[in-house]
Amino acid sequence: MANTAVANLHPGLTPAELAQRHGLKVANERPPLREYTRQVWAYRHFITAYSRAKVTSSLSNTQLGQLWQVLTPITNAAVYYLIFGVILSQDRDVNNFIAYLCTGVFVFMFTQTAVANGTSAINANLGLIRALHFPRAVLPITVTLVQLQQLLMSMVVLAAIVLFTGEPITLRWLLLAPILLLQTIFNIGLTMVMARFGSKVTDLKQIMPFVLRTWLYASGVLYPVSLLRDHLPDWAATLLEANPALIYIELARYALLESNRENLVATPMQLWGTALAWTLVVGIGGFVYFWRGEKEYGRG
Amino acid sequence: MDVAEQTQTPANTTMTESQRVPTVIADDVHVIYRIHKGATANTGATAALKRIVSRTSTPNVREVHAIKGVSFTAHQGEAIGLIGSNGSGKSSLLRTIAGLLPPARGAVYTLGQPSLLGVNAALLNDLSGERNVTLGCLAMGMSPEQVKRITPEIIEFSGINERGDFASLPMRTYSSGMGARLRFAIAAAKEHDVLLIDEALATGDRKFRIRSEQRVRELRANAGTVFLVSHSLSSIKDTCERTIWLEGGVLKMDGPTDEVCRAYEGR
Repeated sequence: MANTAVANLHPGLTPAELAQRHGLKVANERPPLREYTRQVWAYRHFITAYSRAKVTSSLSNTQLGQLWQVLTPITNAAVYYLIFGVILSQDRDVNNFIAYLCTGVFVFMFTQTAVANGTSAINANLGLIRALHFPRAVLPITVTLVQLQQLLMSMVVLAAIVLFTGEPITLRWLLLAPILLLQTIFNIGLTMVMARFGSKVTDLKQIMPFVLRTWLYASGVLYPVSLLRDHLPDWAATLLEANPALIYIELARYALLESNRENLVATPMQLWGTALAWTLVVGIGGFVYFWRGEKEYGRG
Repeated sequence: MDVAEQTQTPANTTMTESQRVPTVIADDVHVIYRIHKGATANTGATAALKRIVSRTSTPNVREVHAIKGVSFTAHQGEAIGLIGSNGSGKSSLLRTIAGLLPPARGAVYTLGQPSLLGVNAALLNDLSGERNVTLGCLAMGMSPEQVKRITPEIIEFSGINERGDFASLPMRTYSSGMGARLRFAIAAAKEHDVLLIDEALATGDRKFRIRSEQRVRELRANAGTVFLVSHSLSSIKDTCERTIWLEGGVLKMDGPTDEVCRAYEGR
């Protein structure tokens, strides 16, 4: 065999020993967590450019183009208002139901869409993964940032709706920034969990719509949160009230809706505490969980 | 460098001392693709249900054993050609060396970060060529300043602007040749320790081919080791002194290009 001519250049050494002697590294070795975090940070320019590109390209085939970023939330709000505000007429318990509803819908959609798209973050980008070298955490982060961009547009629409329905502008509106920051970190963590999970269990993508819809109904988006406590046993209501989506939504309502100050599910301090806890646990936990699977992404 | 290695006669007479530093070591590499047979024969809803009910372990997954235990050592300054018929595992092997496709068994050791220079790097078809250049460069780890500096060069090199301002049009409007040229131009913009080239030289028209061969020679001069996958034996003979012949995922032959090509042609 001709291959002996080259293969025996280093006799008496196993490949692993030879590699070690000359300082070669295993090709797809997982970097330590700190190094990995640093790499992700080094890719921040790619992350922003890529998520901006995704937003542009997703609408580039439409006639109205970027206008849809505003039209989509408006249409959404209109549909939900028609059903829950006019037809089912839930607005007896809540002072400003349309604003209440829209806040819930937009904040929840941020998490919902990020998670739904995050489930296929790895599998939808296999081409990119198999062509280029970058920390894979870039992909779920991008998914979340694309949705964040959508959310910011929705927030502009929401501000208009809130003002239109007679709420005053207060300094508390500024709280929206830290609230959305916490939610963004939470979403990144959650999309990372879903991305790793979804890369293994490809059926997950089919199940997620149902899971997410259940979550929607459990998050007090479409009806007042007080309904939960009225219709459920105490323990179940308490459990549902710790639901992170509900917490972020309630915080956003606290920041925006003067008329709803009395109807919060918990005191603002409690809400902040729970929100912070969720953010830290899911944000850090999700990142570590994703990092542990780094070696496997891209395996066919 | 240790004594044992110095007493060895080099396989290739053009080798010098520094060239015996290994840059890529493949140790019994296996690559297995797992394919979910979602909608193929015999996996209808009833069949799937039957399987769940009867708890048969027949998985819904077919495994394709693309590479079956390939081992070799590549050294600094070598240019290695990879030949073999379609589906023999050449591209899979390159991806594994690049660390992009994890091996199922065995290991690949590399010096530095190998870069795969392919014509099939994923780009966003709805974006303009220019934005794709920016994205591609950022994805290769360049800084935004570098990207800004190098973008006009890449567009110029790809020649997509030869017939009007195509750089600002979405990539879906490009001809397949133009798209491939742009992808190659992006990938070739960076210099690498270990360079893996997948059929890139076959891209584009004659003028572009000459330009890209020139570019590969430049890259080779700076890279430690070059791997080249190609179906064109002449371009392998032009650029590589060593050639690996893969067949059905098995390393069939590894040696000087002349010998291997002769055996390959006479098979």
